[in-house]
Amino acid sequence: MGKYIRHASGFCALMLLALLVNAARVQVVQAGSYDHNPANRRATIVRYQQPRGDILVGGSPVTGSKDTGEQLRYERTYLDGPLYAPVTGFASQQYGTTFLEHAEDGVLSGTDPLLTPFPLWNDVTRTPGTAGNVLTTLNRAAQQAAYRGLAGRKGAVAAIEPATGRILALVSSPSYDPAELSGNSAASAAAWTRLNRDPEKPMLNRAVRQTYPPGSTFKVVTAAAALDAGVVTDLDALTDSPDPYRLPGTTTRLTNEGDGCRDNSLRQAFEWSCNTVFAKLGVDVGVRDMTDTAEGFGFNDARMRVPFSAATSTFDTSVDKAQLALSSIGQYNTRATPLQMAMVAAAVADDGQLHTPYLVERTVRQGGETVAGSGPRPVLQVMRPSTAAALKELMTGVVREGTGTNAAIRGATVGGKTGTAQHGIGNSGVPYAWFVSWAQGNEGMEPEVAVAVVVEDASADRGEISGGGDAAPIAREVMRAVLRR
Amino acid sequence: MTNAGTAVAAPQAPAPAVRLARRRGIELALIMLAVLLSVYGYCAVGLARTGAVPPGAAGYGAGLGVLALCAHLAVRVRAPYADPLPLPIAVLLNGLGLVLIYRLDLETPGHREAPAQLVWSTLGVGLFIGVVLLLRDHRVLQRYAYVSVVAALALLLLPSLFPAVNGARIWIRIGGFSIQPGEFAKVLLAVFFAAYLAANRNALAYTGRRLWRLQFPTGRVLGPIVTIWLLSVGVLVLERDLGTSLLFFGLFVILLYVATGRTGWLAVGLLLAVLGAFAVGRLEPHVNGRIEDWLHPFATIDAGLGPNQLSQSLFAFAAGGILGAGLGLGHSILIGFAAKSDFILATAGEELGLAGLAAIFLLYALLVERGYRAGLALREPFGRLLAVGLASIVALQVFVIAGGVTGLIPLTGMAMPFLAQGGSSVVTNWAIVALLIRVSDSARSQYDGREAP
Repeated sequence: MGKYIRHASGFCALMLLALLVNAARVQVVQAGSYDHNPANRRATIVRYQQPRGDILVGGSPVTGSKDTGEQLRYERTYLDGPLYAPVTGFASQQYGTTFLEHAEDGVLSGTDPLLTPFPLWNDVTRTPGTAGNVLTTLNRAAQQAAYRGLAGRKGAVAAIEPATGRILALVSSPSYDPAELSGNSAASAAAWTRLNRDPEKPMLNRAVRQTYPPGSTFKVVTAAAALDAGVVTDLDALTDSPDPYRLPGTTTRLTNEGDGCRDNSLRQAFEWSCNTVFAKLGVDVGVRDMTDTAEGFGFNDARMRVPFSAATSTFDTSVDKAQLALSSIGQYNTRATPLQMAMVAAAVADDGQLHTPYLVERTVRQGGETVAGSGPRPVLQVMRPSTAAALKELMTGVVREGTGTNAAIRGATVGGKTGTAQHGIGNSGVPYAWFVSWAQGNEGMEPEVAVAVVVEDASADRGEISGGGDAAPIAREVMRAVLRR
Repeated sequence: MTNAGTAVAAPQAPAPAVRLARRRGIELALIMLAVLLSVYGYCAVGLARTGAVPPGAAGYGAGLGVLALCAHLAVRVRAPYADPLPLPIAVLLNGLGLVLIYRLDLETPGHREAPAQLVWSTLGVGLFIGVVLLLRDHRVLQRYAYVSVVAALALLLLPSLFPAVNGARIWIRIGGFSIQPGEFAKVLLAVFFAAYLAANRNALAYTGRRLWRLQFPTGRVLGPIVTIWLLSVGVLVLERDLGTSLLFFGLFVILLYVATGRTGWLAVGLLLAVLGAFAVGRLEPHVNGRIEDWLHPFATIDAGLGPNQLSQSLFAFAAGGILGAGLGLGHSILIGFAAKSDFILATAGEELGLAGLAAIFLLYALLVERGYRAGLALREPFGRLLAVGLASIVALQVFVIAGGVTGLIPLTGMAMPFLAQGGSSVVTNWAIVALLIRVSDSARSQYDGREAP
């Protein structure tokens, strides 16, 4: 019987061997694919096991973390959620992350390898890294002024520091509280459904993700192209432009809001926003130079990141002369984000240099050591300095005595351009009110802020929609906040 | 051998100077090591979870230590020649099980199982001491073969009168307690098989008609075997308990082979097993579901229904990797309601890694090996078959449940010996170890004063 007992024990040994081999298969060979199976919640649990890093505005956090004691332990909280939502985005356990929460997720969640003291440190210690913080370039006062100015109306504000490209304000209205989406409860799901169904689209980031026809504010670009190309050499020389202007090759007649635009000088046409003069000017400059200038400012650039991506502002390059005429006054297929128009104003303000806008000053470890700075940003000379100087003069004129007097600030030089963009089929929609501007304190060496404001107020009486009336006061308050006046 | 006097004189020859070492001191040392390891695990869980040594650590260590010492004393008094390994292994596995259950309790504040498991373990050790103290000779059990099988059948059929729990009818609930009678039936069946086969092994091996190359026994001898086979499939269908039927059948085939030495029995057994499993797997929806899960563990994920228990278990093992996440630092609670019972091995795999899992497998293997060794050392067939049977129960159970949760074979709702939460199982396994101690004591004491086996 002993022989058979030995055989039976051999059978048991075989079973043991099978178990060991199979365990090695599961735990070593297949482990990677099991770990990365989307249904495996472990990665998610680890992600929320420590408090998320904070996003800071002006040195103090606008975010926080709350210990829920649940499986997904830490939830995101927001101070002034609606105010900063277009910058922070949300960090939801159910719906992922957006905007800075998304773009800087590695730092905020602690997975960024730069956060660790040594390469592969986390892999060796098997611990997630401590989350880092993100310091933004935002100016708290400017952000608040912009939000207050929009007062719940549909619209957006973008403000940039011209000399650096630092984004000082990024506001979208109406807004929402991202804290509502942080958790994984039924309340979060309900908020998600409600926000997505809301016809006002509160989660749309109108400052960077929505393009509008820029209307007359685009005349800054057209004027820059005309001056750079030498089509106009003297701001005060009369132009040869009829009123109304028949679009080349068509019978369509372009008119102006006011009278007295015929043959106006560039200065007068700019101050009073003459469509006829600028439409003809665009055609005179030609599609080639118009395109070069517009793309220099950042139009048609699909790769823009601040660090989250912005919607592409467009200037149509395959146009006939009639379309070019309309494109040159910010209509037809010309579309721009508020951020893009702020960049236009900033380039004018900084002697024709465009500093790529950015929102993250630097990222730091919990102790405060810098992980990554904003680094050198590309600087582009988008027009001749003389052209920029001429445009500054034109824009100051608009605020001093033109359509933009509402933006004037005592003790500061302000340049601006109004816009009232027609849109909808047969221009049936309520026009958008635009204002782009920059401001320089009288003691300052250079302009400190460039702003673009768009208000798409569906409730206003059509006749009262105007860049000067609706948008300029908002821009003024933002600029005052930056200039501290 | 020409001198007949020498042959006669041999029994009177003085015993050699070498006495068989009893090795009780080694047993004591190993028990203390097992208790220390368990307490260390308990502290490790507390440190990982709360950053502090859990307040109950001293009490837990003292409780486990006193239990183990009592068992050791019983062995020292009544089974002094017993194998020194089975008891420390049982203490370590039981202690580790308590640690894992306590660790999982932390995730489910409403359902604490560790205290109950400690009570059951105490009962189990009590039964162990009772068996070691009262059962002077395992051969007494041979007389109760038919009482055993009747009791086993009664225990097996009892749960079918009670409502199903989680799809299987293997529990009976009395008051707040639920008992799994099938667990106790295992030991009784092992006793019956050993006694029946010890009595009938010649008839099974050498009588009956010969068909082609196989020698078939007469119907009178074959009857009980077929009955057992039908019974095991019957249990499966009635109670939806794939594991128990597999265990009974495997146990029976192994013992039949060991008793008769006929490879043909293995072939017949395997054939019947495959036929039975195939038929039931096709026809019985609960079992069929288990087989489908085994073949396609991620089907529910692909269907958008989320991971099932088996895929969660595989995720847990994978998360452990080679060295494990560390006690208290895994997430095997994701497996769900059976995490403390059927799937407790997944927690071990996740938090102790492949290294810890292999160590646990080797502990079981060592326990099984000591059982087989005792069987080899004994001379009478009943004791041999009993030892092999008890050891095989452990081996088969470990294989079936560990293979199930790691995706090697279809999943069955069985309990990992000593490790899993479940009172009946812990008590039964302590009884198994007690019988192994008793058998090994007999096996080794017969050599006392002579050459060691």
